[in-house]
Amino acid sequence: MQVTINDRVYEAREGETILEVALRNGVRIPNLCYDRRLAPTGQCRLCLVEIEGARGLQPSCCMVVRDGMVIRTSTEEIEDIRRTVIRLLLTEHPNDCLRCEANGACALQDLAYEYGVDFPQKPRQPKFEVNEQDNPFIVRDYDKCILCERCVRICSEVQGANALTVACRGSESVVSTFLGGTLMDSPCVLCGHCVDTCPVGALVDRKRLGCGRTHDFVRVRTTCSHCGVGCGMFLLVRHGRIVAVEPHHASPANRGSLCVKGRYAYDFPHHPDRLTTPLIRRNGELQPATWDEALEYVATRMKQTLAESGPGAFAGWCSSCCTNESNYLFMKFMRAVIGTNTVDNCARNCHAPTVAGLATTLGAGAMTNSIAELQNAPCILAIGTNMTETHPVLALRVRKAVQQGAKLIVADPRRTELADLATTYLPLRVGTDIPLLNGMMHVIIKEGLCHEQFATERCEGLEELKAVVAEYPPERVAEITGIPAEDIINAAREFGEAERAAICYTMGITQHACGTDNVQSIANLALLTGNVGRENAGVNPLRGQSNVQGACDMGGLPNVLTGYQRMDDPAVQAKFGEAWGCDMPAEIGLKHTEAILRMGEGQIRCLYLMGEQPLLTDVDVNHARHCLERLDLLVMQDNFPGETSALAHVVLPATGWGETDGTFTNTERRVQRVRRAVLPPGESKPDTWIICELAKRMGKDIGSGNAKDTWNEIARLTPTMAGISYERIEKTGLQWPCRTPADPGTKFLHADLWTDRKAKFMPVHHQPPAELPDEEYPLVLTTGRRLYHYHTGMRTHHSQGIDDVAPEELVEMSPQDGQNLGIEDGEMVRVVSRRGEVTARATFTRRSPVGTIFMSFHFRESPTNVLTNPVLDPKAGIPEFKACAVRVEKVGETAPTPLPPFLQKGGDDRG
Amino acid sequence: MPMKDPLARRWRKGGPGELRRPDDGADLSLLEDALQGLPRNEMSVIPALQRAQEVYGYLPESVLAQIADELRVPWARVYGVATFYAQFHLKPRGRHIVLVCRGTACHVGGASEILGALEERLGIREGETTPDLMFTLETVACLGACALAPVIVVGGRYYGHLDEAKTLAVIDMYTDGNAAPEVQP
Ligand code: SF4
Ligand code: SF4
Ligand code: SF4
Ligand code: FES
Ligand code: FES
Repeated sequence: MQVTINDRVYEAREGETILEVALRNGVRIPNLCYDRRLAPTGQCRLCLVEIEGARGLQPSCCMVVRDGMVIRTSTEEIEDIRRTVIRLLLTEHPNDCLRCEANGACALQDLAYEYGVDFPQKPRQPKFEVNEQDNPFIVRDYDKCILCERCVRICSEVQGANALTVACRGSESVVSTFLGGTLMDSPCVLCGHCVDTCPVGALVDRKRLGCGRTHDFVRVRTTCSHCGVGCGMFLLVRHGRIVAVEPHHASPANRGSLCVKGRYAYDFPHHPDRLTTPLIRRNGELQPATWDEALEYVATRMKQTLAESGPGAFAGWCSSCCTNESNYLFMKFMRAVIGTNTVDNCARNCHAPTVAGLATTLGAGAMTNSIAELQNAPCILAIGTNMTETHPVLALRVRKAVQQGAKLIVADPRRTELADLATTYLPLRVGTDIPLLNGMMHVIIKEGLCHEQFATERCEGLEELKAVVAEYPPERVAEITGIPAEDIINAAREFGEAERAAICYTMGITQHACGTDNVQSIANLALLTGNVGRENAGVNPLRGQSNVQGACDMGGLPNVLTGYQRMDDPAVQAKFGEAWGCDMPAEIGLKHTEAILRMGEGQIRCLYLMGEQPLLTDVDVNHARHCLERLDLLVMQDNFPGETSALAHVVLPATGWGETDGTFTNTERRVQRVRRAVLPPGESKPDTWIICELAKRMGKDIGSGNAKDTWNEIARLTPTMAGISYERIEKTGLQWPCRTPADPGTKFLHADLWTDRKAKFMPVHHQPPAELPDEEYPLVLTTGRRLYHYHTGMRTHHSQGIDDVAPEELVEMSPQDGQNLGIEDGEMVRVVSRRGEVTARATFTRRSPVGTIFMSFHFRESPTNVLTNPVLDPKAGIPEFKACAVRVEKVGETAPTPLPPFLQKGGDDRG
Repeated sequence: MPMKDPLARRWRKGGPGELRRPDDGADLSLLEDALQGLPRNEMSVIPALQRAQEVYGYLPESVLAQIADELRVPWARVYGVATFYAQFHLKPRGRHIVLVCRGTACHVGGASEILGALEERLGIREGETTPDLMFTLETVACLGACALAPVIVVGGRYYGHLDEAKTLAVIDMYTDGNAAPEVQP
């Protein structure tokens, strides 16, 4: 299709608007109310153009192009109108540019400049109060508002929070929340989309007030440090500080969106609690030391232990918050220098079952499809994932899909925000995912909704699967899960009838003693319906930490090397042995959870921690602490002291996010750059430098620690990443597998299942959680994360403002449970399990089903993981974080509160 | 920059992910009948608000929230609609609505003084309602009765050629009698 704009011919695509064609080709059309993420409204009238043959002038942001259109973007009439519009806006606008945060980044200012229009002689009096005390992140000054409604629209169309509206009319019109209240009292999630889209200074970030204006900043492109979505962003740097964050609009993972953590929790690198100098424990106390002393000390002690007890006495845990390069060098250190395979990372506590379960059924443990594809999936099953809080920006894609008419089936014991969005909500009991999935497959098979050809020809074991799921008719499943049989049948039909269907899951599936089985069950469902190896479908485990995918990809696991090359494959061993110039340890290493036990038994004497805080994240932390106390050498390499420093013998200050060059791999397998923007505090050094120095002192050269060289080494040794280089990912990341420099990367995995490889059904049976509620401990505790914090809160607690919004742990329970316990909403309670107790504030919420309480593990004041049950999944070694039995007591009361038998039934008052 | 007044150290909202509901004591059970037969979507917001206003006399905050929930429309959107149309009232209204004309003719005739006298007598400002819910004081642009200027309308009846004393006399009639008295326009 071709259109003519100002006498020049341009190619146009079907469905594009005139404004879009113009913008794409660098033709200037003034606009104020247009944002490419939003449906156009034609409100501001600045983008008017003349179309040959059409009557009157048309707003180009709303006009879809037709072939052969002849368009003029500038005539005398048009320019007159534009000038008038700008003049009218300025009459209503305070003459405040000198002091305005948006100065230099304001569309109105630019237009006034372009059209030579000035403020009127008599500036207008302020009408509204500046809403400064509203919240810690966003300042709203509606005197500067030009009523383009972009904030209102983005809040509803993109974020889906619907916090804003335009209230009143005529000259009184103003953007407002419900009843004109504060953002904090609205459904606002502080994502900052509205600030991002506001073309003027009406909405600005509070944290950067007075810190400079757009021309003062250096913009550094990087990747978010918090979660596995891996949003692209710019750090705005001035005077050596990260002053603000802006989303990267062209980044495929987030397309200009961020969540509250990404947008506003960025100042932790500058927190005064940062470790700035190496510390050595002398006479029971950590004392400052030089790098030389500290490294020499560690090397000597390590060599000594190695001589006495051999490599079996070592364990090393790397981290999903560190770069790929650090993780690679760390595991290389453990394997090539120490000679042990006992390397693990905190993925053990989240997605180990994914890696274990999907590897057996499909052949690789990663998100099979891409984030962007979710938006076009006609049906999505979200099971055990609270993604609006844990993966907020990814959840936006799911929300968009629902807005476009996709079916969303949500299975979660808690009535999460996502459940409110669902077309079918399945409130299952904690730990009954397998029967639910089996039940759905039962219906799908019975009603002939399975993908016959794929299930029979491309998979093995269909008969076995049929035999197992035959035992799960909806009626029985209803009994186990507590979901009405019709709902199960409905969900199965929705899923089975959909042309394509994607499954998303997170910790609700994996953090169970039957985690691997849960994952396999999900894979079974996907295979049965032929939803693997196709676009807009797939099995999508959403990875937690910013680089948890990378930490696993880099071989930070006891049984594999980079790119999941198996440790026990002689060819792989030989390759790495030669490349590293060492004998590869042959024996598979110990998993995190197993290693801890060996520490308790005294067999493992030395633990090297990089960016790990096991004392908050580990299950049954009291026991973990006892085990760690027995170590002869605990080396901790981190940004902040954290809990573990109390036990560490040596503390090495590492540079963190914002100070380190490298790459992160997000949940869709996309390798993206993180960049150094500011100098690290004190003497802290990059992880890569520390590891390489340590190796040198241990008598081995493992490289220079330079990020780019390290990556090249990784690419050389890893066929699935061989095609990825820093040059290629300078602007946009690449998704592995990417085998050659010309390979565009892989959008979705397992396409070969349709042609030359076979998948395998792994039928599984129901296993109830290891610890069921009983008389003494009548409630089920399930744990998870919340929107405002990330993990142990290492980064979020150290960022200003987040703790104002989410200051303390909460025990979420249904009002009915609360009443039965005789406690008030907001009262302090003690939660007791067989392993320990925690005190926190109770909050009543209809999101919790009766009999189940929920807590996060973000707060060291309330270390929830003293409660959790250390029973392990035998296949993946993940502990059962998601279910344990507890009782809740009023604080100051010692006798256990008896609980009535309604708990046996579960979930009937979710309204 | 540090905040001037640190926010109260509390979680936002009622609990994580939930909104604090306005609690103004309105009897929400009355809504059920009022909303009967309305499709549950955004198109129904205006009729729902109209019906609710008939039931409650105005639109209490909790009713707005409830209507939004019932129609599955965001709270903010319902608020936007309710404030856009002049026909909707978010504050309780008095038994007698007093409209003071501020059109040109009336203005010249002393509308400001009349409004001042009314504000003083009723103890409320323009747009407000007396605490005993007897009077609501409002102004309008032109009542279309310029020949009678200055004009006020009370409870739908026109009173013209007023001065301050006469105005107060009109109000007195309503204060004492409650019922609409017969007065010559
Ligand atoms: S911060 Fe996000 S949720 Fe809050 S008003 Fe702005 S767009 Fe809406
Ligand atoms: S606050 Fe900004 S984005 Fe919102 S309507 Fe006003 S000018 Fe537009
Ligand atoms: S925390 Fe996750 S969703 Fe939020 S901005 Fe960072 S990467 Fe994106
Ligand atoms: S950009 Fe088209 S009308 Fe505002
Ligand atoms: S000016 Fe008051 S009635 Fe017209």
